[in-house]
Amino acid sequence: MRQAINIQSEEKRENKIWPFLLSELKPKGKIFTPFNIISAPIMLAGIIIIFLRFWNGIGSVTNLSQDVPWGLWIGFDVVTGVAFAGGAYVLVFLVYILNMEKYKPIARITVLNGFLAYLFYSGALLLDLGRPLNVINVVIGNNFGVSSVLFLVGWHFLLYMLALFLEFSPAIAEWLGARKLRKALSGLTLVAVIFGITLSVLHQSGIGALFLMAKEKIHPLWYNSYMPIMFVVSSIFAGISMVIFEGSISHKVFSDQLEEGSHEKHNDILHGLSKICTGGMFVYLFLLVLIFVHQQNWEYLPTKMGAWFLVEVIGFVLTPMILFYYSYRTKKILWIKIASIMTLVGILLNRMNISIIAYKWDAAVRYIPDWKEFVVTFTIIFIEIWIFRWIVRRMPVIRKSPSWVKDSH
Amino acid sequence: MGINRLNFLKVLGLTGATLAFGKKLNASQPSRTKGEQKEFVGVLYDSTRCVGCQECEIVCAKEHGLPEPDSDDYPTTEVVRKTNENRRSVINVFNTSKGEVYAKKQCMHCSEPACGAACLTEAMHKTHEGPVIWRGDKCMGCRYCMISCPFDVPKFEYQSTNPEIVKCTMCNERVQEGGIPACVENCPAEALMFGTRKDLLKEARKRIVENPDLYYDHIYGEHEAGGTEFLYLSPVPFKEIGFKTNLQNKSYPSLTKGFIGAIAPVDILLPAALLGIYEATKSNKTKTEDEE
Repeated sequence: MRQAINIQSEEKRENKIWPFLLSELKPKGKIFTPFNIISAPIMLAGIIIIFLRFWNGIGSVTNLSQDVPWGLWIGFDVVTGVAFAGGAYVLVFLVYILNMEKYKPIARITVLNGFLAYLFYSGALLLDLGRPLNVINVVIGNNFGVSSVLFLVGWHFLLYMLALFLEFSPAIAEWLGARKLRKALSGLTLVAVIFGITLSVLHQSGIGALFLMAKEKIHPLWYNSYMPIMFVVSSIFAGISMVIFEGSISHKVFSDQLEEGSHEKHNDILHGLSKICTGGMFVYLFLLVLIFVHQQNWEYLPTKMGAWFLVEVIGFVLTPMILFYYSYRTKKILWIKIASIMTLVGILLNRMNISIIAYKWDAAVRYIPDWKEFVVTFTIIFIEIWIFRWIVRRMPVIRKSPSWVKDSH
Repeated sequence: MGINRLNFLKVLGLTGATLAFGKKLNASQPSRTKGEQKEFVGVLYDSTRCVGCQECEIVCAKEHGLPEPDSDDYPTTEVVRKTNENRRSVINVFNTSKGEVYAKKQCMHCSEPACGAACLTEAMHKTHEGPVIWRGDKCMGCRYCMISCPFDVPKFEYQSTNPEIVKCTMCNERVQEGGIPACVENCPAEALMFGTRKDLLKEARKRIVENPDLYYDHIYGEHEAGGTEFLYLSPVPFKEIGFKTNLQNKSYPSLTKGFIGAIAPVDILLPAALLGIYEATKSNKTKTEDEE
């Protein structure tokens, strides 16, 4: 039934693009869902706080200080968020470079998630900039600080957003019923994928490289000169864990978009992903032990920070790795989901440790984020989810592409 | 979605562009640092001469339009006063093994500044003369300089809607016109001395040799962080007067050079490798499709 309506509306689209777009703007689901009731007031408060931030300065809504210049907005939204969004480059690598057709059903939703995540993290970055208008200096190129890691991260970030948009754009063309445009855009996919992966590897590692100059400020258990490599390796399983976590929620919320038999397929995908996670985490732990032994960090273990380090590494890297391995061998879906959540917590701990908790760990006054910083962070996440939901309900992201598409996603 | 000649050419063209762009980036570097390389100027601070009168703080505030220190805001051994967005230079006093010793703190003006390497808009700038300055028309306020500076010098105006990064500029305007920094000019105890870094090092060594009992045998800033334009003499080990003694002697930008050097090769080689893997695994895809 729905299919029939879709085909009908598609034929109309080419002629009446504006009425179609207007009708698509209207909400399609229930308005008073628990998620909406919780998120709407937080978003409202967040927007007021963002307004205050531009009216009174960054200091008026955050607990940042001369000693702690980067807080929750950078440490969580950007440093952690980019790792969580790493699934997009890993999955397109599997699907388009290694030609593993098995993962194709979740490629599009992961790319969409990645694109929105990047869009909003760079949005969060603008909130944190003291003089955001001067960001244009970096883009138009009158001041290229090419020796700056942040410059390279910024540019790779920007170009990667373009690559992600190109990777997702066939879905937009399908939604609009623009057949020629879709053909042209899907021809660009491989180029976007190849450069997207390259840009990802470099900006994921670049975020680790950002902290290289803070040598004495970060606790030696976390600081090492291999941080760029560790950040890339961990972004692989961080990204995949996010795909697993987000996928299991999407499958419930958007179950009306799924075809029959997709649950079995999805379980098969989850098993494959848990195998990749196990491998990635094993490499990560191996490197971590090498660095630990090489730097002779034993003396720090019996300290408070040492215990905290062990919580992160044993509790939230080693344990989920074993869980991934176990659930992969025994085909237990629930444990895969639990392992993915634990992995996400582990990545969160790692990124927050490097950027906030182990940064000037011995300072007399520690930074604790203001509640307003949390509200703004949640606002950004919620706006992202709202837009994500809007797109999924309209474009062929989870559901199949329209019938006129030959190489369906 | 298959690869055809057009796609291949696109990849090739973009790779070529990266190559050309990368080269250009590399080429632009030495011309900036070399050029007319002069001997950097700097300041020598001798804490055995300093009497903690705060004259340098007062003239610094006047020179840069900042609030002058209050009457109850003077160096005591109880608190370590810090530079902040309203104060570019501070004097502290420390209880040491040789009694009370004063120490002035401000930007060290590194020969290879971490803040300058960190800055993505070149707002933090090492002038040819030596001072490290901040340029407001370029800065976007990301505060990466604050993360990177090993001495924690740059300060940020968190309460402002158009915040500035505040730090000592070695009175760059004066230096450009052949003058000397306000604090040096007005120091009544002659604890501060302005000159080329080379001459200052010579002078510092001479003072240590002539008075070995008075001085601790180390010039702080000669090697720290790859060398700084501010140099320090002290009667006691520098740890006792609140200096960071765990800093590396290599410059801080050298910590990221390896990573930055790896970017261009990865940008060029990885796409080529990915295209190769794609071509290699494509046969799998057609095979499975045939089977189906």
